[in-house]
Amino acid sequence: MKSFYWLVKREFWEHKGGFVTAPIVAGLIALVLNVMLLITAEVLGKRWAGTDNHFNTNFDGAFKPDNLVQAGAVLDMTLYGVTFLILGVMAIVVFFYCLGALYDDRRDRSILFWKSLPLSDTNTVLSKAASAVVVAPAIAVVTGVIAGLLLMIVVSIFATFHGVPAWRLLMEAHPFRVVFTLLALLPLYAIWALPTLGWLMLCSAWARSKPFLWAIALPIGAGIIVSWFGLMGLFNLGSSWFWSNVVGRLLGSLVPGGWVGQNNELVIMHGHDDPASMLNSLDLAWHYSALANPSTWIGAVAGVAMIAAAIWFRRWRDDS
Amino acid sequence: MTAVVTANGLTKRFKTQLALDGASFQIESGRIVGLIGPNGAGKTTALKAILGLTTFDGHLSVLGLDPRKDRDKLMEQVCFIADVAVLPRWLKVRDAVDFVANTHPRFDRAKCDAFLARTKLQPGQKVKQLSKGMIVQLHLALVMSIDAKLLVLDEPTLGLDILYRKQFYQSLLEDYFDEEKTILVTTHQVEEIEHILTDLMFIRDGKIVLDTDMDSLGERFAEVLVSAELAAAARELKPLDERQVFGKSIFLFDNVSRPQLESLGEVRRPSIGDLFVATMKGTYA
Repeated sequence: MKSFYWLVKREFWEHKGGFVTAPIVAGLIALVLNVMLLITAEVLGKRWAGTDNHFNTNFDGAFKPDNLVQAGAVLDMTLYGVTFLILGVMAIVVFFYCLGALYDDRRDRSILFWKSLPLSDTNTVLSKAASAVVVAPAIAVVTGVIAGLLLMIVVSIFATFHGVPAWRLLMEAHPFRVVFTLLALLPLYAIWALPTLGWLMLCSAWARSKPFLWAIALPIGAGIIVSWFGLMGLFNLGSSWFWSNVVGRLLGSLVPGGWVGQNNELVIMHGHDDPASMLNSLDLAWHYSALANPSTWIGAVAGVAMIAAAIWFRRWRDDS
Repeated sequence: MTAVVTANGLTKRFKTQLALDGASFQIESGRIVGLIGPNGAGKTTALKAILGLTTFDGHLSVLGLDPRKDRDKLMEQVCFIADVAVLPRWLKVRDAVDFVANTHPRFDRAKCDAFLARTKLQPGQKVKQLSKGMIVQLHLALVMSIDAKLLVLDEPTLGLDILYRKQFYQSLLEDYFDEEKTILVTTHQVEEIEHILTDLMFIRDGKIVLDTDMDSLGERFAEVLVSAELAAAARELKPLDERQVFGKSIFLFDNVSRPQLESLGEVRRPSIGDLFVATMKGTYA
């Protein structure tokens, strides 16, 4: 257990830039862009104030209790949105992290140093997997929440210019609930991400060179072949099924919230057209209902099998 | 004395060639063994087999364990420096020590700090900022602080200047080696390890062609400086090798009685380098 902790720490040392710096930079960019947008809106609003009182009228109505609830929901969505954006950046970082995780040290031969220590290959591979789908998303959520909170405060300050007291607006937001929901979604994210995680790590452990090309080319090539056979009418299984359930899951499962498409019934469609009730409908139970879908589990099992194969290759691949 | 490594019929086949061809040898504890061979003779493959880094056929036991099956357990007792500059470039000196200290049960941190204090290494430096020689100093400090039974060195001083090379072997001898420990080393710079070896193995085409301790090496092999008129007589004794220096001939003999040789000329102990060249004649031909 102690060496596992240090193995994860090692990954953190090596990839501090991707795991910490990248989310922070993404958060800062999101903040700056939003502030620029708000300022633009203010300036344009002032310029047009004489002709059309559009902006002010909107905020005037905000004092009604019902509207305040909606405003709070919008702030919550800001928090989700910023975190989602940062998770997206993290997904890209993790994608390339996985491809390099079991390949880079073979290429620069530093694997021989790690292999000179009494560390099992199983622990090594699992520590990298944990860094990819536990540590990195957790850091991204924390960064995202901080950036989102800062943005909420900025929005509220802008609201004071329109006569809505900042604290009043902030009281309507539910940052703790949002943070809890995001953290509670991390296990689902890890389960969902397994097929891509396993596939990329397998390529990383197996490829003698260019793991990126192999990882991309094999599924896409398979998809093209299946589509071609489908075009020829050779099997009944639709090729779009193959693209979304095999190619998509192998390459795209790191995308945050990727399970959403799996929940057949999109609740948003059913009359939840205002922000507050929409947020309420997208609760944890709704997210976790993705686990009721067998394909989620088939993907997870395939992911675990591929990680096991990666461990085997890590042990026996002999090319350094 | 107990055997640290026992190999019997060690064989490893790559697609096109045989890297190890039924090599058999034994390494006793408390020895410093040099495994010397030309490029491509199977040195590195043999070391990799001992370290459980590759598959092989035949029997191999390292500290009583099978390196294929019990690698994780084996690595607590065995340490290796594979080549220069295999430390990851992003690693900081401080983190390297922390990491090994927390993952290796036989690591002595105080010892490591003492070794590092003798160098110019700074805790905050990253490996990529270090010179080749300093990287090896760091690696050696880490490895010497591990109380391992067997230390395997594969070309550990490749590409280092002579100061670092001398210092490397001197530290190993003075601060690390004792009768509990065994060192197995391969290198092409034979003359540099000649005086520290207790045993010598030559490997050629995947086979062990010479396996001897340094004392019996001096008894078995002899180099004789023979003047021109006695050269024909010397050739009668089937020398391994003959070369000319200043109008005299130097003959290398294997297992020829001492008095007989002394009658031919001045007898001396051959250097490992000369012995190596004589044994490996025609390897690349």
